[in-house]
Amino acid sequence: MSAPSDNMPIPAPAIRSKPLVIRHLPYFVGAAILVALAANMRFDGYVHNILLQATTFSIAVFGLSVVLGLCGQINLAQAAFFGLGAYAVGIGTTDLHASFWLCLVGGCLISLLAGAFLGMSTLRLGGHYLAMVTISFQQIVTLVMINAIWLTHGPDGVSNIKRPDLFQSSQSYLAFCVAMLAIVGYLVWHLSDTKLGRAMRAVRDNELAAGVNGIDVFRTKIYAFALCALLGGLAGGLFAGGFAYVSPDQFSFAESIVFLTMSLLGGVASPIGSTIGTGLLILIPEWLRFLKSVPGLYLAIYGLFVILIIRFMPDGIWGFVADAFARWRAKTAAPPVAGALHLKPATVGGDTVLEVTGLSKHFGGLKAVDGVDIAVKRGGVHALIGPNGSGKTTTLNVLSGLYEATSGRIVLDGTDITHMPPHQRTASGLGRTFQNIRLFRSMTALENVEIGAERPGNTMVGKGDDALTERAMEALTFVGLGSRANELISSFSYGHQRLIEIARALASNPTLLLLDEPAAGLNSTEKLELHELLKRIAAQGLTILIIDHDMTLVSEAAQHITVLNFGRRIADGESMAVLRHPDVVSAYLGSE
Amino acid sequence: MDLALQLLFTGIGIGAVYALVALGFVLIFRATNVVNFAQGEFSMVAAYLMVVAVEAGLPYWAAFIVALLGMALLGVVFNLGVYYPLRHRTYLPVIIATIGASILLANSVLAIYGPQPQVLEGWFETPGIQVGPVYLDSQYLLIIGVTICLVIFNFWFFEKTLLGKKLQATSQDKEMASLLGISVSTMIMITFIYSAVLGGLAGILVAPVLFVSIQMGSTIALKAFAATIIGGFGDVAGAIIGGLALGVIETFGAAYISVPYKDGFAFLVLVAFLIFRPQGIFGERVAEKA
Repeated sequence: MSAPSDNMPIPAPAIRSKPLVIRHLPYFVGAAILVALAANMRFDGYVHNILLQATTFSIAVFGLSVVLGLCGQINLAQAAFFGLGAYAVGIGTTDLHASFWLCLVGGCLISLLAGAFLGMSTLRLGGHYLAMVTISFQQIVTLVMINAIWLTHGPDGVSNIKRPDLFQSSQSYLAFCVAMLAIVGYLVWHLSDTKLGRAMRAVRDNELAAGVNGIDVFRTKIYAFALCALLGGLAGGLFAGGFAYVSPDQFSFAESIVFLTMSLLGGVASPIGSTIGTGLLILIPEWLRFLKSVPGLYLAIYGLFVILIIRFMPDGIWGFVADAFARWRAKTAAPPVAGALHLKPATVGGDTVLEVTGLSKHFGGLKAVDGVDIAVKRGGVHALIGPNGSGKTTTLNVLSGLYEATSGRIVLDGTDITHMPPHQRTASGLGRTFQNIRLFRSMTALENVEIGAERPGNTMVGKGDDALTERAMEALTFVGLGSRANELISSFSYGHQRLIEIARALASNPTLLLLDEPAAGLNSTEKLELHELLKRIAAQGLTILIIDHDMTLVSEAAQHITVLNFGRRIADGESMAVLRHPDVVSAYLGSE
Repeated sequence: MDLALQLLFTGIGIGAVYALVALGFVLIFRATNVVNFAQGEFSMVAAYLMVVAVEAGLPYWAAFIVALLGMALLGVVFNLGVYYPLRHRTYLPVIIATIGASILLANSVLAIYGPQPQVLEGWFETPGIQVGPVYLDSQYLLIIGVTICLVIFNFWFFEKTLLGKKLQATSQDKEMASLLGISVSTMIMITFIYSAVLGGLAGILVAPVLFVSIQMGSTIALKAFAATIIGGFGDVAGAIIGGLALGVIETFGAAYISVPYKDGFAFLVLVAFLIFRPQGIFGERVAEKA
């Protein structure tokens, strides 16, 4: 059954990459040089202040590159989180006589908790809510800073803020901040290639697909948001120590917009872009000081900038450069060679992989699915068919958890998954594809499949990034696209995108694979290839539940068919018998 | 008790302003699926236009018409400059652009007029009338009256006129509407003009009660947005009820709890709703589907 070109038993060279520390050595050398320069070069006070401001602001903008760039969520209160950190160090080291380090950590924690709380109250809802809630939060923090005089000294602000003993001189403090910038920058840069970072990017690109690939969307967003707040707090604490004075107007909504503009200008997705954007927007105003003589003019120009950048340069300066580089690299870098894909579906339950009993889904008065029973036997291809509007796709969406069932029970391989959210069903062994393809569009084919392979509970992938890449390459090779692994999704044809979606599901080694109209939109050659692929998948013992209109495909591929009409099951049984069933014939062709 | 009645009146008056701005939010949201973060700035700009026109010596009613015409023009420019070029992108770039526009509008006005708040006289000569224990301020009466008229007009316009039905069709299914020969881009343009005028009207009405300042836009917008969430996002009746409720809550909060934190109550109510009833009072849709 296997296509010879794909499953030849070549002893594939294992994918081994050099340890991270060695690959990233140039970064650390560069960072060390910068720190040494900051510690030893003599700056006058003005230049020193600009450098200190740029360094601390960059760290705050890194936060935005996590939440907005990686995870696609907005935060219009970064100045408030920055202010929380700054006031923690300010009030802590003066009024409370606490140590700088303690205050810095405390400020980070306060910001983190505030961010997590805001996130938990809002992130289940859409992005508009988050934008408004963060603006409101920003206003509240400003109100408290101005009005809680007993705590914050009100509009006068806090002065004589202490620095740590270790970095008393401005020179050494600057070097310390540059070192922090380098460390945080490294972590943020590296984050996008970790499991959490990939999950964030998946959420940004397509929340629905992220959910059915085993990612807890809500939690991922909260992590991103809290991390952003934490970096804001850290940056604020460093800022307060550096300038020894803080006042409410430094942390106003306008400053949040400045942070946002910095992030957008440089390129929202990368720490390098953040640094470029921050540097430019601190330097340019210094060169154009005359603008500051007219109040408002300055921010008006920022506002205009935001509109123009969004319209004409959505990925920012660095995004523009990096995109060109990525296209060049995708062409030159050959993807690693992979071995054969092995599927080993879990077999916990008995003979029946999926047992659906009395499943109903009502939308108001409409009974889209009404008391349907389906029993999918292990190791075969089971088809769910029915005329348009018969409830097939609704059934699939209830099975994968996108809709909550009105009543009924769904048992997957012995586990009751009826009330689980999508990502937990995936963790329990469900894999699916979508009729209208849902891939993560800003990622390469390989990265898409890696997210599938990262399914919690996937026993077929070893520890570490290399094992993950290996598994993903095997899956891509299995569907015949291994040689194009490093290309972006947009460069693939419709049919190939469908194959990548199947590869993404296969890489997760599911117990049951749900295919939602996989033949829709394919031409006849592609349909034949799909048929072959289904045979090869079934040959490895993976159970498939397929929904399709293509009767040739269904009758040839499936051994067992369930037919729905008007939300009810009208026939069920062995393929040929079902297709000759009079009710089925009349449902499809109409009766006399 | 007398104080409570007085506060109730004031709260409904200020709430009516939030309701008008909230209505503008909802109309644009339904037409474009995007929240316009510059909606509050429409109110602010209109109030300034009114101040300028009155200072230039125009009679009050003429200044009023000039300001509203100016808002209609701003609606056109806003649509063409901010929304229309981004209409095929996801919601995030669009809301960032509207935030940029809000910053641009507020600070352009600041650059032209300076930070000094302006004063706009009320429409009526008589400051108000005493009815039993409650003093009815004439400007608040005007605000409430205009809001009632607008709500009726709004209902008539969307339910009874062909243009209103076309607008509804566009907001529900753009593709189908265009297949039926409705010009979707014209409908969206009309929505922006209508929302800008509505926001402007709210700004002009509330200006004599508050000072005319740069911040008035963002303050009103935040309250109005909270009102839309409390009422149920995307629901016209919800926006109005939510606006009125918020005005009353805030007025009572300021009187009985704390004046400096008056602007914080809206946020607290908002967070409470987000946690316990995110669909709002009337709403059914909880989250936006991808």
